[in-house]
Amino acid sequence: MEQERYLKLIKVTSPKTPMVRTLVTSFVVGGFICCIGQAVSDILRAIYTQMPDTELRMWTTVTMIFLGALLTGLGLYDRLGYYAGGGSIIPITGFANSVVSPAMEYNREGIFFGVCSKMFTVAGPIIVFGVVASVIVGLFALIFV
Amino acid sequence: MKCGERTYIFDNPVYVRSGYSIVGKMEGEGNFGEYFDKVLDNDLWGEKSYERAECKMHKEAVKGAMTKAGIEENELGLLLGGDLLNEIVGASFAARDFRCAYMGVYNACATFGEAMLLGSMFISSGFEKYVSCSTSSHFSTAERQYRYPLELGTQRTPTSQWTVTGAGCTILSAEKGEFNLKVSAGTIGRVVDMGVEDESNMGGAMAPAAADTIIQHLRQTKRDANYYDVIFTGDLGKYGKELLTYILNDEGYLIKNLADCGAMYYTDKQKTEQGGSGAGCASSTFNSFILQKFKCGDYKRVLFVPTGALLSKDTSLQKQTIPSIAHAVCLESC
Repeated sequence: MEQERYLKLIKVTSPKTPMVRTLVTSFVVGGFICCIGQAVSDILRAIYTQMPDTELRMWTTVTMIFLGALLTGLGLYDRLGYYAGGGSIIPITGFANSVVSPAMEYNREGIFFGVCSKMFTVAGPIIVFGVVASVIVGLFALIFV
Repeated sequence: MKCGERTYIFDNPVYVRSGYSIVGKMEGEGNFGEYFDKVLDNDLWGEKSYERAECKMHKEAVKGAMTKAGIEENELGLLLGGDLLNEIVGASFAARDFRCAYMGVYNACATFGEAMLLGSMFISSGFEKYVSCSTSSHFSTAERQYRYPLELGTQRTPTSQWTVTGAGCTILSAEKGEFNLKVSAGTIGRVVDMGVEDESNMGGAMAPAAADTIIQHLRQTKRDANYYDVIFTGDLGKYGKELLTYILNDEGYLIKNLADCGAMYYTDKQKTEQGGSGAGCASSTFNSFILQKFKCGDYKRVLFVPTGALLSKDTSLQKQTIPSIAHAVCLESC
């Protein structure tokens, strides 16, 4: 069998991701995580009525990161990710999961070369792009604003 | 005796003396659950890391097979072992506890086929009386080495497979054991690369290699596929098996008695997508299910073709295509 024909066959016949099901679940779960974020923000506002908005946003983010890390530690976030896909990866809880999961995985290789060095194997690109994007935006702000 | 380009007929008999298999909890709940010698409650098996657990499984599989064969440690001439860990530490570390000669072998998931063929040659040539052939793999060690951390919330692609947590060991001997089963011939595979790049579609990458080895074996031995009760491939998975059938049909071989260890390994409820894979997939299936079927007389002749994808994580990041291999081992009741 020729290579070209074989690759074409694979392209046509290989099982595909069920788009409708995965899109719907990721939409629902992603939306639900955002609702929790909003709820956290509202609760904080109810407790600390005088807190400035910027600080309120920061504490909401911190709480969500904590929840993501906690669920990862309890071994629940990967199960959520199995169904939700992008819905649980995109929110900040997913970022927490991507940092905590390698840290847990490489715990056995020691603190220095295990946990600390492998912690960013998954989240590294996100951090790099985040920093680069913020530098670019900062330069624009400096020049034009 | 060499028969054609890559096929060897073993003139002096090589017998399968015993087989032993150890698997993880999930594998024990799969389709072959009742056939395994030992099913673990916990994939760590009381060890500090999954790598240590895999090594222990490998070691215990060899010891279990030796006990079943009724041989002492000083009688075992050679240990042939391999696994999927970097630098095949699973097999090599397990070999620390044995005094006999050791050779580490690696052909990814086809390692068990490679070990069986090499072992048969050592026996048939008269160099050794007892040779042990063993391979292992572990889901948790393979995931971290080839994919992502266990707790990362990712989705599996529909073509992906589940690495089997298991180890299997076969003792080959010049003397007949309880099975009345011999390795009569073997065809060594060649590396086939059909240009598949997707590392989550191993079945697609390996099916052409399996087809090549099966066709060469049938041609060189001048046998029909019906000569065998079943032709078992290693870990092509459900989709890989479909592709293999398609390629064989395309080449003019209408083979109806194909089966795949990986595709049969887990139940549908276990959600492993295309089924099992890994160096322990073929070896644990062979040393449990297939040997039992021979023992109770359901099988008389089987062509066992473990398949392997010879890639590393770096080669796929460098966008290289996946070369694959398959070795055929011909097993016959006697």
